[in-house]
This record gives sequence, C-alpha cells and structure tokens, in this order.
Amino acid sequence: MVESGLIESVLVANRGEIARRVLATARRLGIRSVAVYSEADAGLPFVREADEAVLIGPPPPAQSYLDQAAIIAAAQRTGVQAIHPGYGFLSENAEFAQRAEAAGLIWVGPPPVAIELMGDKINARNLMAEAGLPVAAGTAEPVTDADEAVAAAAEIGYPVMVKAAAGGGGIGMSAAAGDAELRAAFETARSRAERFFGSAAILLERYLSPARHVEVQILGLASGRVLALGERDCSVQRRHQKVAEETPSPGVSPVLRGHMLAAAVRAGEVVGYRGAGTVEFLVDVPTGGFVFLEMNTRLQVEHPITEQVTGIDLVEQQLRIAARGDVSFAEQAVKPHGHAVELRVYAEDPSRFLPSPGTISEWSEPAGPGIRVDAGYAAGNQVTPFYDPLLAKLCVHAATRDEALARARAAVADFRIAGVRTTCRSTPTCWTAPSSLAAPTTRQWSAGCGPDHSQHNEERAHPQAGRCRRRGAASGRDPRGDGG
Amino acid sequence: MAEIRAEMVANVWKVVTAEGEQVSGGDTLVILESMKMEIPVLAEDPGTVTKLAVAEGDVVQEGDLIAIIE
Repeated sequence: MVESGLIESVLVANRGEIARRVLATARRLGIRSVAVYSEADAGLPFVREADEAVLIGPPPPAQSYLDQAAIIAAAQRTGVQAIHPGYGFLSENAEFAQRAEAAGLIWVGPPPVAIELMGDKINARNLMAEAGLPVAAGTAEPVTDADEAVAAAAEIGYPVMVKAAAGGGGIGMSAAAGDAELRAAFETARSRAERFFGSAAILLERYLSPARHVEVQILGLASGRVLALGERDCSVQRRHQKVAEETPSPGVSPVLRGHMLAAAVRAGEVVGYRGAGTVEFLVDVPTGGFVFLEMNTRLQVEHPITEQVTGIDLVEQQLRIAARGDVSFAEQAVKPHGHAVELRVYAEDPSRFLPSPGTISEWSEPAGPGIRVDAGYAAGNQVTPFYDPLLAKLCVHAATRDEALARARAAVADFRIAGVRTTCRSTPTCWTAPSSLAAPTTRQWSAGCGPDHSQHNEERAHPQAGRCRRRGAASGRDPRGDGG
Repeated sequence: MAEIRAEMVANVWKVVTAEGEQVSGGDTLVILESMKMEIPVLAEDPGTVTKLAVAEGDVVQEGDLIAIIE
C-alpha cells in the first residue's frame, strides 16, 4: 500500500542505472512504475524491472529519451501520475517540466522557473553574487568575441576558465593561462556552445588551482525551508568529468562545512527551490575559501554516497516532496555516519580512455557489508555507442576513510566485467594510491594521478585519445547523460 | 598505402576530408561519435585520400575501413 498523499504511479524518463535506481525506490514504496526505452535498450534490466515498459523510439536520444512528446504520450497512455526525469536528458529542461505539468502530471523536480534561473551560468552566478554567495572573479555579461575575452581576462587575471553559459558536463570548457590560449579556448567554447546548447553565450571565470570540487546536497520543501544534507567531494576528475567521489570531504573543516552548507541553503532559498538539488562549489586550497560554481537542479549521479552516510533515500524524498511537499525524516535526526566513496565504472579503454562499446560477456558484482552497486547492465547486455559510457557506480561505506578505501579496493578486485573494457580497475589505482591517502586529492586527472596539467601528458602519450572530446546528445539544453 | 580503420563501433558524425584531397600527418579525416565522445580519426602520414569509405550518419563496426591514403 502506498502511504497516503504519496504518488501512486510514476514514469521514469531515463535509462540505465538511474532508471533502475528510481524504479527500486518505487517498488519499495509500492508505487506503480513505468519505464520508457529506446530500441537499443530493450534488453537492459531497467526495462524488465518496471511494472510496465513503453518503447518510445529508435536509439538516437533525440528520437527517444529527448523526445518530449513521445514521453508525455507514454505517461498519458499508461495513466501515471508523475514523471521522474533522473539526471541528464530532459532532467534540467524547463520546457519539458512545464509540458509535463500542463499535461496534468506531477513533475518530480524543482519548479521550472528554478531550472531556468540556474540553467544559465551567467545568470546563476549573478544571482548568487547578489544573494551574498562568494563567486570567483568573472564576467557578469556574456563575452561575445575573443578581443573582449582577452580584455576581460586582463581584469580577472590568468589563469581563466572559459565556459558555455548554457553548458554542462564539461563540454566546451577549458582553462587558459595566456592570451593566445584564451583566444583558442574562446573559439572552441563558442562553436561548441552554439552546436550543443543552442546558445553562443560564453563566460570567463578565474580558474582556481589547486582547488577541490565540493558540492552540497539540498532538499527544498513546500514550506520554503531548504535542508542541507552534507557535502560530496568530487575532486577526482578527468577532462572535467567526475571519476570518483567521497563524503565527507577530506579537505573541508567543520567550520568551512558550516559555511558551505549555509551558502547552499541560501542558494536554494533564493530560487524557491523544491526537491533534490546540488549546489557545486570550488574550494581554493591555498586560502581555504570557496566560491559558487553552479547548481544542478536534479538528482546527482553521485547521490548514493550521501544516502549511505545519512541513511536517507533521496529518491523517496523527491517523490514525497513532489506529492506532498515534505520529507520522511526529522531534520534534527540527520547525522551522517562514517565515510562513503563512489567509483564510476565507465565502458572506456582504461589506458586511452576511448569508448568501448560491445557485448558484456561476464558481469559479476562485488557484495558485502557497506557495498552498494548501482548498475545499468548485466551479462549478455549490449553496450551501444548511443549513450554515455557509465555502466555502474560502486559505492562503499565504512566507519572511516581508510576503511572505506580498503573496502573499495577489495570490492574492485571482486568486480568482474568482461566483453567491454572498463575503467573499473584503473580508477582506484589512482585514487587509492598511498600517496593520495597521505595527501588528499585536489581536483585532478585520473590519467596520471597528477594535477590538472597531466592532461597534457595524456595528450602527448596518446594523441588520438587526447583529442577526444566529451559531447552531448544532439539536442536538449543539458545533454549530460552522466549528470556532471 | 595506409588503410585507416575504425577502432570501435561508432557513428560517423562528421566527414572532414574528401576523396582526392592531400592530407598531412595528423590531419583529421573524419570524426566518429561513440558514447557521447567525439573521436577524431587522423591521417598518420601525409598522402592523398584515394578512398573514403564512410559518409556522415553511417555506423561503423570495429575494424571497418574508413579511408585509404596513398
């Protein structure tokens, strides 16, 4: 029986591990579930784990997981009450949220206006600065040409980060240390921004390095209250893509945590946030200060580690907030326990980081105390070239960081995947190397475990791989399939 | 003569070169797309593109011929 006032049925407008993750909570709560899938995904576990599954189109995302009309039609045909968008695809598409609501469906996400306010990075930056949050030195207006960018950089000071205002997932983003690099970075960012996000608006921000990437999980309630459920450290990145995350952050003191959580709550209040969201910050390692980076107005890929340390099911809270505006726990009772780490398992060649589609011939997940695997695939499944390469997330919880990392190493050794090449074994060798235990990681690249510039080493060693760029689906404002 | 082949299953996203074109080593011939990643396929050595075996929108399998450079 579904608890009174809760959603009774939900359509999950996503695929792979996150669709399966949402379906698991729906099943536990007795909520009827509907999956939608493309022709490429018919054999994946999430399709058979839903109470009902609707084929919405051919493999390319624009014709399936980004096809708003097809998804809303599927919701209406199956008579569900609500749509959960997962992350990526349509999750941060305000127009889709509006269309769902106009069709009489409950949108399991923030109000469309909050999506819009935070979706434009220039707007979000200005809004947060006005609200008193610290932001990095940067441009308050879109930068329209390379000369203007060079002039802005002279004021901001090098190095600067060049970003697409409507962008996400690291697409079109690069750092520049001087005028020549900036001109090149600007042209790249502008052409990619136009192509992938339909907007050429570019912003420049002071590039902090060394820095830690730390984000705060928030939940906005119907009453207007915003709760902060602790932070996640996502400093281990490659090509601006997260590779591993942990909570609590080993680089955040209790005092700094207090400031960051308060800033995240303020950010949510300013935009009238409802539901689950994540406010991302950069922590400047030399000064210990922090700046607002962006807000993700959806469930985050790495949400499980927060669930592990708090014992709170974030998808349950999303469904509950969407239906009745409140959460299932008492705010004072939230007390994080222990340490949790997440390792992302990508279908990529671990040495060159090239995609590795194929057929999974063997899939055997580790199990044991504190181990949670959120996977989108099983043995016999086809990993197709159409979607992002995230196969699974290995999440490990223990009393301390050392124990969590030790347990993660053992779990990695027990995770057997054959048929496609994966990053499963390579990620932790970087992350759990003794050196990184002694000196907790700053934002870095997994390729060489070094600081940011090891990206260039990677390029030298593997020119082909180094030139690869992460890109999004052909349309949609935020094409991140992997949640950023 | 160098045969340039696909390293993985991918969609042909962009064709940058054309048959008969002179290329230098390191020039991009086509850009494949797989798993939200663009993978430029490069000419290893200078030469003339004598055959271009793919068109934009094609799906290539691992080992499929992309181009011949002589």
